[in-house]
Amino acid sequence: MTDNLVTGTRKSLEVVSSAPQGDRLIKKFLREPAAVMSLVFLGLLVVVAVLAPFISSYDPTATRLADVLAPPFTAEHPLGADGVGRDVLANLVYGAQTSLSSAAIVIAVSLLIGVPTGLLAGYRQGWIDGVSMWISGALLSLPAIVVLLVVLARVGRSTSLALVVFGILIAPSVFLLIRGSVRAVREELYVDAARVSGLNDIRIMARHILPVVITPTIIQAALLAGAGIGIEAGIAFLGLGSSDKASWGLMLNDASQNIFNAPGLLIWPSAALVLTVMACTLVGNGVRDALANYGSSAGPARKVKAAKHASTTPEPARPMQKVLVDPSDALLVIDDLRVSYPRPNGEKSDVVKGISLKVERGQILGLVGESGSGKSQTAFSVLGLLPGQAEMTAGTLSFAGVDLLGMSPKERNRLRGARIGYIPQEPMSNLDPAFRIGSQLTEPMRHHLGIPAKAARDEALKLLARVGIPDPERVFNSYPHQVSGGMAQRVLIAGAVSCNPELLIADEPTTALDVTVQADVLDLIRSLQAERGMGVVLVTHNFGVVADLCDQVAVMRDGEIVEVAAVNDLFTNPRDEYTRLLLDSALDSTAKTPANRVGSDMDTETEGAQ
Amino acid sequence: MLMFILRRLAAGLVLMFVISTATFFLLNLTGQDPVRQVLGPVASAEQVEAKRQQLGLDQPLFAQYFEWLGSAVQGDLGRSWFTNQPVGELLGAALPPTLSMVVGSLLLACFFGTVIGIIAAVRRGALDRGLQAISTFVQAVPGFLVALVLALVFAVQLRMLPATGFTSFNDSPVRWLASITLPVIALAVGSLASIALQVRGSVIDVLQQDFVRTLRSRGLPDQSIVVKHVLRNAAGPTLTTVSLMFIVAISSSVIVEKVFNIPGIGTQANNAASRGDLPVVLGIVLVTVVLVVVVNLLVDLAQGWINPKVRVS
Repeated sequence: MTDNLVTGTRKSLEVVSSAPQGDRLIKKFLREPAAVMSLVFLGLLVVVAVLAPFISSYDPTATRLADVLAPPFTAEHPLGADGVGRDVLANLVYGAQTSLSSAAIVIAVSLLIGVPTGLLAGYRQGWIDGVSMWISGALLSLPAIVVLLVVLARVGRSTSLALVVFGILIAPSVFLLIRGSVRAVREELYVDAARVSGLNDIRIMARHILPVVITPTIIQAALLAGAGIGIEAGIAFLGLGSSDKASWGLMLNDASQNIFNAPGLLIWPSAALVLTVMACTLVGNGVRDALANYGSSAGPARKVKAAKHASTTPEPARPMQKVLVDPSDALLVIDDLRVSYPRPNGEKSDVVKGISLKVERGQILGLVGESGSGKSQTAFSVLGLLPGQAEMTAGTLSFAGVDLLGMSPKERNRLRGARIGYIPQEPMSNLDPAFRIGSQLTEPMRHHLGIPAKAARDEALKLLARVGIPDPERVFNSYPHQVSGGMAQRVLIAGAVSCNPELLIADEPTTALDVTVQADVLDLIRSLQAERGMGVVLVTHNFGVVADLCDQVAVMRDGEIVEVAAVNDLFTNPRDEYTRLLLDSALDSTAKTPANRVGSDMDTETEGAQ
Repeated sequence: MLMFILRRLAAGLVLMFVISTATFFLLNLTGQDPVRQVLGPVASAEQVEAKRQQLGLDQPLFAQYFEWLGSAVQGDLGRSWFTNQPVGELLGAALPPTLSMVVGSLLLACFFGTVIGIIAAVRRGALDRGLQAISTFVQAVPGFLVALVLALVFAVQLRMLPATGFTSFNDSPVRWLASITLPVIALAVGSLASIALQVRGSVIDVLQQDFVRTLRSRGLPDQSIVVKHVLRNAAGPTLTTVSLMFIVAISSSVIVEKVFNIPGIGTQANNAASRGDLPVVLGIVLVTVVLVVVVNLLVDLAQGWINPKVRVS
């Protein structure tokens, strides 16, 4: 149960930043059927607990020899009596009282300890934070029941003391949650502003920080309630709870002793316990889901209607898949390629809108455009690496005269790496951090070329030397985090060409690199291309790169190709208005608006793939 | 690497010291007179006084503490007040059943939790939603309830496995296996659900990272990408969950041992606690903390192996 609380903390933290408050959240919550049912169940349980004396006239702890294991469904004992003649119904309803008050004690204690310390540690940080983190770690490393046994060893049977101690033991889950939330909020600008404007710490906490932590605390409280009820039952089951209190755990204890002659006794307390704990969890999850869904689909009703309308408009019919295609010797032929993503509201957003391209063997095609113009999506379509939710259609998509559309995923996989190489944009995030660079280079070679480990290693070292790495042996044995970005990009280039592909797809290969390294990497790509006669699709936003490397250029805007031309023609005589605008802004470095837009926007380009 | 291990060991020693000290004073600060608890209400005042001297309880509390600490450091945890058995011997006998259960349940939970978590993360869809629903339910069921139901079905109704007792591995491996099967399953169910959820979450996170796409672009088979690369990167957070599960399993084993009547640490703890046998209680706390420290150290080492960045720092 502890684990659930701690992982719950993390999940709650994820939604804390976008925490909305008040009515709309409640509405959202009411749309979660399981959570609402659980809340109703807990409400009924409270009513049952309060009305216990009216539901059963028995004293739940009174034993009667004559009633030992009395059968159920009689007027005297509606649910029977247990191994020492206690009425089962009475124990069930009075047990609800115990369970609910246990939940209350655990919540109260852990919030009383966790909230103030969490606020303090998160806000003040420094040594207070260090000390409280150590204590919280120590408390979390203690097995709860063992500690409870220790305490009860001295004090004797006491349910409430056990619950207080459990509240202390579990308080770190609240502490970590509050501390995390406060640290997140503390970074926000408005807290700085409040501090600058002279509000004191307590008022800042009360006004700006407390509201943010309230919702995650409610979620945590629901989970704590479940944990408290569970632990109370456990303590009672062990026979360490107060002897004057009815408890579902005690009922289970009795049932376990009569498991051979009256197994039916297990049913009622088990059902009560499981349903109640689960209801607590579901209420907590419900609040969390209401929060999590809040951002994505909580738009006003009007918007939803619009979405429904949009989805009924006819889609362009999916073009027939043609088998083969182009009699010419083109390496890559793309015709009428379309890519779209579903939006949360049911609409589709088209990111590539029917483009056509051709790459000849040994030719370098530049694919140029702003962020979000669809050029990376085009590149991933060729690779067959669009994210799962993407929808792609094309009239033709063929590589070296072979139709890619009709291929099975396995066949596509056989092409990737072996005949189509890929250089990603961001070098550091594209190497697996857990494996040495050497093994990441040799793995594809061994797979595609079927060569033994030793040969692959020699080949990889040669490649590393070829891509200009001064000490191939050292880099081969390094982990990605031990080399520089420029180095990592050279490794990725080596990986892309390691199996001698005919087509190389480079997605902004220099964008993430230092200016000083960019030219070297471009030189490297050019020389590799010349040496191996590869066709290249070079995705970029940089006309300098285009001028430097490309034979042919396609300019993309908003999912469409506005102009395709040989590189000299494009620079001397751009035909499209947009091309001219891009060129002007790229060439005239003093131009303000479009240049900055083109340059800066694209630096962190991800093209809305997620 | 050696420094790393030494530092973790030192931190573990500090934790052991702090917790055993806290436990010692906690046990001695409040409550009934321990000697009266040992001898019962009918013993005369002289008998109580004699016993007090014999147990060393007439000394000042700090003297008692240093006495205990001094011998504990040398591996002597004192003797039970009730049976006069050395605590070390008592715990030595109780550890094998408990460790069989706890380790067995964690192995089971890790294996199946990982497999189920990966399948849910890769396939998604109905299977994934099913896993989440079942996990919510399973996590709501206290371990001892699972134990009771298992005992009812497999031991009482079907008579397939023994309902109670423990056979040591040395006596009969087959009966050992039979005697711990139900307790292991009872302990494993909850942690299995937690681990499956954790693996699912981490695998989904890793699958969205750039390097997975680049591995795909190299034409490696999906299966080997998931099993080799994704799993290794997802293992870090999962290991943390496993170390938490170990603590939970020790906690739950107290109750599960009671259900199946297994003479392990939990049973000893329960007996010692209800009798007020303080040396035994103290010894159990110490053993538990040692186990937790050792497991955390192993998990830290495994983290270093999985994530090369941790090794450097």
